[in-house]
Amino acid sequence: MAPVPPADPTPSPLPAPKPPWWRDRRVIPWVVQAVVGLLVLLLIAFLLGNLIRNLTAAGLLLSWRWLQQPAGFDISESVIPFNAQLPYWRALAAGLVNTIRAVLVGLVGATLLGTLVGMASFSHNGLLRRLARVYVEVVRNIPLLLQLVFWYFVVFLTLPNGLAAIQLPGVVLAKSGLYIVGLGEGLRWMGPTLVNGVWQAPVRLSVEFGALLTGLIVYSGAFIAEVVRGGIAAVPKGQWEAASSLGLSWFATLRRIVLPQSLRVIVPGLNTQYISLAKNSSLAVAVGYTDLYSVAETTLNQTGRAVEVVLVLLAAYLTLDLLISALMNGLNHLVQIRER
Amino acid sequence: MTRAGLLGLAVVGALVGCAAGNGDPGSPTMAKIRERGRLVCAVDGAVPGFSTVDPGGAFVGIDADFCRAVAAAVLGDPAKVEFRPVTAGERFVALNSGEVDLLSISSTHTLSRDAPGGNALSFGPVFFYDGQGVMVPAASGIRRLRDLAGKPICVESGTNTELNLADRMRELGVAYQPLRFQSGEQAYPAYEQGRCAAITSDSSLLAAKRSGFKEPAAHVLLPELHSKEPSAKVTIQADPAWADAVRWISHTLVQAEESGLTQANVEARLAAARRDPSQAEARRFLGVEGDFGRQLGLPADFTVQVVQAVGNYGELFERHLGSATPLGLERGLNRLWNKGGLHIAPPFR
Repeated sequence: MAPVPPADPTPSPLPAPKPPWWRDRRVIPWVVQAVVGLLVLLLIAFLLGNLIRNLTAAGLLLSWRWLQQPAGFDISESVIPFNAQLPYWRALAAGLVNTIRAVLVGLVGATLLGTLVGMASFSHNGLLRRLARVYVEVVRNIPLLLQLVFWYFVVFLTLPNGLAAIQLPGVVLAKSGLYIVGLGEGLRWMGPTLVNGVWQAPVRLSVEFGALLTGLIVYSGAFIAEVVRGGIAAVPKGQWEAASSLGLSWFATLRRIVLPQSLRVIVPGLNTQYISLAKNSSLAVAVGYTDLYSVAETTLNQTGRAVEVVLVLLAAYLTLDLLISALMNGLNHLVQIRER
Repeated sequence: MTRAGLLGLAVVGALVGCAAGNGDPGSPTMAKIRERGRLVCAVDGAVPGFSTVDPGGAFVGIDADFCRAVAAAVLGDPAKVEFRPVTAGERFVALNSGEVDLLSISSTHTLSRDAPGGNALSFGPVFFYDGQGVMVPAASGIRRLRDLAGKPICVESGTNTELNLADRMRELGVAYQPLRFQSGEQAYPAYEQGRCAAITSDSSLLAAKRSGFKEPAAHVLLPELHSKEPSAKVTIQADPAWADAVRWISHTLVQAEESGLTQANVEARLAAARRDPSQAEARRFLGVEGDFGRQLGLPADFTVQVVQAVGNYGELFERHLGSATPLGLERGLNRLWNKGGLHIAPPFR
């Protein structure tokens, strides 16, 4: 029996041979990212180059001088003072303020409505529970544009006008809008009055604003109701049972035990709904409310500066949505469970 | 949303660019139309007499027929039109982005829309002479613009009338509430429902819209016209050859009326001109002699095609807007130059 040469008892201390760079796990991701990044840059450069070349050919190189020219059109419902002699940027600013006004009031209204409906879907009252379901299912399955047109033409524009308007102490609801008592000229208390067939009051909300707001609140409210319902459902059943064994009422259980715990599920979902609401507010043009989009459209038409105006629009809506997002992320941070 | 879509297209169109214009000595737009085999023509689509959709789904009206005339001239078939309804606010974007070949919508010819530093559009000859009007409910007691002080006035946003209204009210020193609507489809129902004390637009459009109201007789046009609104067909400035073709198709309609050519007799007149070499003018106009069609990049007999397809200007007017129609408009300024009106075609030679 020939002696077998003993196997080398110790493994070679040398590391595996270094792979070539194209098979190196540390190099590959860098190469891939560099290539993808380069392609993206090339695409952007191509698109920008094309934009500039075509705009130059059409004699329309980006220019912002038009912002300083007088707008020439009037806006009847502006929070900041505006008239036709003021420049376009003031018109766009007036439009933006009108958009923000609609979005802010819409957010508050939709949140309240959505929370109430979301809570109602856990009610012991079967009728209330079913009504909440019907509301959610009907509203979220009809396009918002249709709903806005419905609120404006079918509901608000069929209100009576002039002397026939609905008159309550200090408040008048007419075809042209809602008129509320307030401090008028010379800081005197003034109620709604009919002057020359037109209602006047210190606080005036047009039916266009009303229709937009109602549409946005009712529509977004349905989605928020679903988010709230999901949030409440995510709280373990034991919490309900524990609370009721302590003798807490249904409402107290919801308010003190369940809702606070459901917030961490609700808030991220709300963020999405809030952003949608802000973007949906641009449908205001359908009901004659002069928002940013409406002003931008006229501006675009009068100046012919399509690319610039669209850039302004993009920047404005993006900023608005990012702001909402940032605020909601802050809120989300607050309501998360803190690990101890 | 078509509106958002069009705005998007404006950006995308500008970014990607239409590869038009390289190497083609003629008109890139016409080359595009021939390649796809149809004309894409923008109309309002909701103004009786100018362009509406009939119960059978076809577009009817003087603006729609102009599209047919252009299709007949370029493609030899008036049916090869794709109608694209657009609003006042989106029409110029639709045109500049290459979405449509031609605007056949009441568009007032103004300096800023024409100039290269403004909207940079190209306007054909005036197709319809109009003026801005104001419509009020007859029972309202409003007789003058001044009576509208403090009252809501409906207006389509992005129009020339919106700017005129602001100017005029400023001159009068009268405060008012403009209610700006994106399109007539919202503005007129809002007015009819009593939201505004008045609505303002081109007089012919007001008369056209009124003819579709539940009670047309309950609304009156205020007699004061406070602007001139000569409206024309619009093309892009970057394609002058196409603009020329559209311009001369428009002139063809007027010249045909002046020469007494109608849809019914054009065939016979053409045959007569072919037989009789002494009818020099008719031979040139109908393309029997000379090469006017080729110079414009159109077939030699484009004038015959146009008149066969839609008739002459007078026929168009009477068919869609005249006294026999619900609009019942007077010819007025829209008569021919030799009949006391303003329409004149430069010589075809």
